[in-house]
Amino acid sequence: MSRQKDQGDGAQVTRTDVREYLTFSLGDEHYALDIMAVKEIRGYESVTRIANAPDFIKGVINLRGDIVPIVDLRIKFNVGEATYNEFTIVIVLQVHERMVGIVVDGVSDVIALSREERRPPPEFGVAFDSRFLVGLARVQEHMVILVNIEALITSNELGLVDIATQESENAN
Amino acid sequence: MSIDLNQFHTVFFEESQEHLDTMEQRLMDLDLGQPDPEDLNSIFRAAHSIKGGSGIFGFSALGQITHVMENLLDQLRQGQRHPDNALIDLLLSVVDCLRRILERYREEAEPDWDEVASVTKELEQVLACKGAGERDDVAALQADAESDAFGFFDDPPAEEADCDSANTDSADRDDAGWGLFEDDPASGAGPPADSGAGPDVDASAAFGFFDEPTAPAEANPDSVPSSPGAAAAGAGQQAALRKSKAAATSESATIRVGVDKVDSLINLVGELVITQSMLKVLGEDPENLDPMKMATVLAELERHTREIQESVMSIRMIPVSFVFNRFPRVVRDLAGKLDKKVELVLEGTQTELDKGLIEKLVDPLTHLVRNSIDHGIETPDRRRAAGKPEQGTIVISASQRGGSIVIAISDDGAGLNRERILAKARENGLAASDDLPDQEVWELIFQPGFSTAEQVTDVSGRGVGMDVVRRNIQQLGGRIEIASSEHQGSTFTIQLPLTLAIVDGMGVSVGGQTFIIPLVSIVESMQPPAANLNRLAGSNLLHVREEYWPLLPLGDVMDVTPRHRDPADAIVVLIETTKRRYGLVVDELVGQQQVVIKSLEQHYKRVPGTAGATIMGDGSVAMILDVESLADIVQDPIEEAI
Repeated sequence: MSRQKDQGDGAQVTRTDVREYLTFSLGDEHYALDIMAVKEIRGYESVTRIANAPDFIKGVINLRGDIVPIVDLRIKFNVGEATYNEFTIVIVLQVHERMVGIVVDGVSDVIALSREERRPPPEFGVAFDSRFLVGLARVQEHMVILVNIEALITSNELGLVDIATQESENAN
Repeated sequence: MSIDLNQFHTVFFEESQEHLDTMEQRLMDLDLGQPDPEDLNSIFRAAHSIKGGSGIFGFSALGQITHVMENLLDQLRQGQRHPDNALIDLLLSVVDCLRRILERYREEAEPDWDEVASVTKELEQVLACKGAGERDDVAALQADAESDAFGFFDDPPAEEADCDSANTDSADRDDAGWGLFEDDPASGAGPPADSGAGPDVDASAAFGFFDEPTAPAEANPDSVPSSPGAAAAGAGQQAALRKSKAAATSESATIRVGVDKVDSLINLVGELVITQSMLKVLGEDPENLDPMKMATVLAELERHTREIQESVMSIRMIPVSFVFNRFPRVVRDLAGKLDKKVELVLEGTQTELDKGLIEKLVDPLTHLVRNSIDHGIETPDRRRAAGKPEQGTIVISASQRGGSIVIAISDDGAGLNRERILAKARENGLAASDDLPDQEVWELIFQPGFSTAEQVTDVSGRGVGMDVVRRNIQQLGGRIEIASSEHQGSTFTIQLPLTLAIVDGMGVSVGGQTFIIPLVSIVESMQPPAANLNRLAGSNLLHVREEYWPLLPLGDVMDVTPRHRDPADAIVVLIETTKRRYGLVVDELVGQQQVVIKSLEQHYKRVPGTAGATIMGDGSVAMILDVESLADIVQDPIEEAI
């Protein structure tokens, strides 16, 4: 998982590689995630609720035979307004072997960033927990915050993964 | 090795595996007093087949060992030699060694030539003993080996240890001069047989029986002292052994299927094609569609689909004897090591279970069996003192109960020790009060790092076991339960889903959401007459045919608002589980259908009360209810009152 390392530890990587990021918005903030984690982008469709799940887990959908959970990051991070209409966007991510859909306010662009353009992340002041931030970049006139989506999805924060499964996956 | 041969390797590995299984089983079954010639013949044939195959494919390590083994077996077969326990032990350890070598070849790695050499040597020694005209030499040799701590017979696994931990062990051996054999396998046939061969055997006489020159071996007097050293490495060997076994099982990615199963599948596919073309004809002229005909063809399609599905599923089903058959060996080895007398009874070995499940069951079951022998069954002395027969009994049974398979391992040993478990739990910093119900006390042993063994043996007691066992079984969608009573023994019951893929289910809806209830656990569904509904202690009870069924509102459990609050307006589905019977209150029945179980855990995590999810005809997702775990949250006021 060299990709993951590069993201988490950008300062030690000497290659001046250029990576592509998908930018999306949550409320007024712009975020970007590694495009290699994106499986597809689709509209929001009705979900099947999961009993006793936290409210930011909207439920599960059928994605060509896979049962994929949908997480509304707007609810999780308390930004924007959690409305669902034909413009509501779901980014389906594939991290390791797991798939998860995240609901965001909008998907804007694909940007390429070289290592020099990726700056250290801000310490605070954004909706995302700083543990999941890996960098900052200036794109045109606004700041884009780079997030380590893998870390977020596998963290206990979202409760998407059983601790036991996590351990066994790590063991593998 | 030519590419052409490579395609046969898999077949050879599979077949050799089977031959080794046969050998092991026949060796275990062998009646020492009066060996059945057929058993001996089939052991011989198995060794011979492996030897032949390994010759063709150039797996010389296998050939080398099986060649000597074959000579020995031939003597047995001809009646020139009588089998005894020591010999059987040796042959079993050789089978183990062959397994490991096979595994190495399968991984396209070089076998451990040190081990090959030492195993060949052991076999040759035994052969040589006989050759020197000493009938009871094997026994004499063993006695000698014990007193000399030579380590070959009293602790055969010590030899095996370095196969797995080649890096550490063989390094030691290199120092002692064993490295000689590593580079030159040919000379491996003649390691120093002299000093260990016992007082009855003249060393030079023994040497005469070796096939190959042994000159290099004689230059190695150091090698003998190194053997006890290797034996000392025994502590870690069990773990390593288990690891290599686990690797072996996970790699058997092929499956052997009876021709009849394949034939019936082909027939069914033929039928399906015919049905499809009938549908096509019907579909070409939609205006003059005969609804009757359409219905007939659709019904046929449904039937074929179902049959094909059953047929395909049956391919994956294999009898549990696949796992069970290894236990006689485990029990024999372990009971011998611990000086306990244990009889093993296998029941329901023909019960079929999904292949994937069976492979993953090997480790947890082995662990439980070992536990039963080590912790459960007492020593003969203690058993006699407790007024029990000296020989303990372990019963492993498999049976199908509704939609699940139940595997139970029970022993008539001492049972779990409540006080010791509680004491240990407190030691580990767990909150445990003295008045915990038994069931909850037993649950404690599933905590990580829990072991109540008074001392750590290499058999069990390191506390790495039960939590892993439970986790493995939960990952298979199963459950493990313990029943135990002091001095009478304990029973571990594992309940597993029958197949991983498809169930007959009844769709029910609550508050607009659909849920699937496995059909096998449904007794009946009804609109309850208001007169039969009773309220007791905050719960509803339904009186059906002289019985009171506690009611569980599905809406409450699944966090949705039902359309009807009053059970009298709703539908009640009566459910029967292994624990209790209850009624699920739902809004309405959607209909019966087969559903394909999809894992929720693949991308999410286990959801309490559900056994998975499925995709309905309209593409939406529905949860499949786990009626067994729902039974745990049913409040039965009658039961509580008692």
